[in-house]
Amino acid sequence: MIWDNSFALSVLPVIAQGLAITVLITFTGTAIALCIGLVLAIMRRARAKWISLPAEAFVEFVRATPLLVQLFFLYFGLPVFGISLSALVTGIIGIGLNYSAYTAEVYRAGIEGVPRGQWEAARALNFSHGQTWVRIILPQAVRKVIPALGNYLIAMFKDTPILASISVLEMLEQAQIVGSENFRYLEPMTLVGLLFILVSYPATLLVRRLEVRYGQVR
Amino acid sequence: MVRLDNLGGQEATTKTAMMVRFDQVSKSFGMTKVLNELELEVPPGEKLAVIGPSGSGKTTILRLLMTLERPNAGIIEVDGEPLWHERKGNQLVPASEQHLRRMRTKIGMVFQQFNLFPHMKVLRNVMEAPVRVLGVPQEQAEAQAKRLLDMVGLSQKLDAYPAQLSGGQQQRVAIARALALKPKVMLFDEVTSALDPELVGEVLQVVRELTHSRDMTMLMVTHEMRFARESSDRVVMFDHGKIIEAGPPELIFTNPAHERTRGFLKAVLERG
Repeated sequence: MIWDNSFALSVLPVIAQGLAITVLITFTGTAIALCIGLVLAIMRRARAKWISLPAEAFVEFVRATPLLVQLFFLYFGLPVFGISLSALVTGIIGIGLNYSAYTAEVYRAGIEGVPRGQWEAARALNFSHGQTWVRIILPQAVRKVIPALGNYLIAMFKDTPILASISVLEMLEQAQIVGSENFRYLEPMTLVGLLFILVSYPATLLVRRLEVRYGQVR
Repeated sequence: MVRLDNLGGQEATTKTAMMVRFDQVSKSFGMTKVLNELELEVPPGEKLAVIGPSGSGKTTILRLLMTLERPNAGIIEVDGEPLWHERKGNQLVPASEQHLRRMRTKIGMVFQQFNLFPHMKVLRNVMEAPVRVLGVPQEQAEAQAKRLLDMVGLSQKLDAYPAQLSGGQQQRVAIARALALKPKVMLFDEVTSALDPELVGEVLQVVRELTHSRDMTMLMVTHEMRFARESSDRVVMFDHGKIIEAGPPELIFTNPAHERTRGFLKAVLERG
């Protein structure tokens, strides 16, 4: 089996469509992971156990089970409870929630890295709890973990092919369909790999620059 | 003036007149007792220097007043009101967050480690609390912040970030920041201990000016004995969670009554 240039070119548009879906999943999934992760990190610091424990349980549960199992659970399990979402939406929610457990840990490191004196100064200046978080603690904590969060964004991008397992039409799934239709997998799969490199390598370089700029936690 | 019915007129008057009052206050960290049934009264406008060996509980009284630590026992009053308690009818119950926030408006603190907000420029550091906490309009808060920064000699540094300043400059910003909320009681927690020796003077100069020009009550925990002697109305000497001696600075520094005070002063002055 040898490389067929014209075949590769003919399947490129379909695979590029898959790339668009992959990028969409990554950005919406990241948005979910960044928001929910932050909420989880703040909840875990609450003194009230009924706030901190559920967040902790969620994080531990997600970290202790494979993403693939979580996706199947959402995809096949939710309809049983009367919630039926499209494969794409299920996939985005699944991967977003999964990564929120990891971003929560990143945020936590950032929050713990803010010196105690900052909390004390905020209290001495009579800021409310909410103001202390929003104005004083989070701007410092998040800044420090921006590179680490960037790395998770890239990791999520590379994890999106798992969504092929619940038939989301991202890049790998598109390539598989094209391959099975033509009985040729070499070109589509190679293109998938190339497109992944094309996006994630520059992204990695960008994160490295962020590390120089914002420093790194641990 | 009479606050509680069961007190005689004379006593009640003196007690309400106090700006800060510690009544049988104890505080422990684990097994270590840092304050042992402390009694202390500070009248309005007094500049009180608090001296004593490390670990004697000096800093703890400031941290209790700033509500950074909670006392294990006893009553603390600020401006005639219990700090850590609220009156519910005839009873004192633990203070709500709302009560604590109201009480905190009366108190300001300057820390040993400055604790400026590193992500805000100098001007913003001083403006942020008046704007967010007191709801002062931006322009008004900015004008006030500029005035205060001018007073501490930093009108050239409004747009600098804390990391671009020397320790002495940072501490002066921290003083301006605390003053911006116009507290009745200002707490200075070893404000020069983290500074290089050559920067101590500029900070003490600012604090000294405050002792002259304001009727603010000031509690100053310090190891700078000359400063304490020149700038305070009264000195209290701490040892093992108790005040072992109190009096006017001339007396404490020239003729201390207590053996421990003599030993402490000798050690500190020799080192300095």
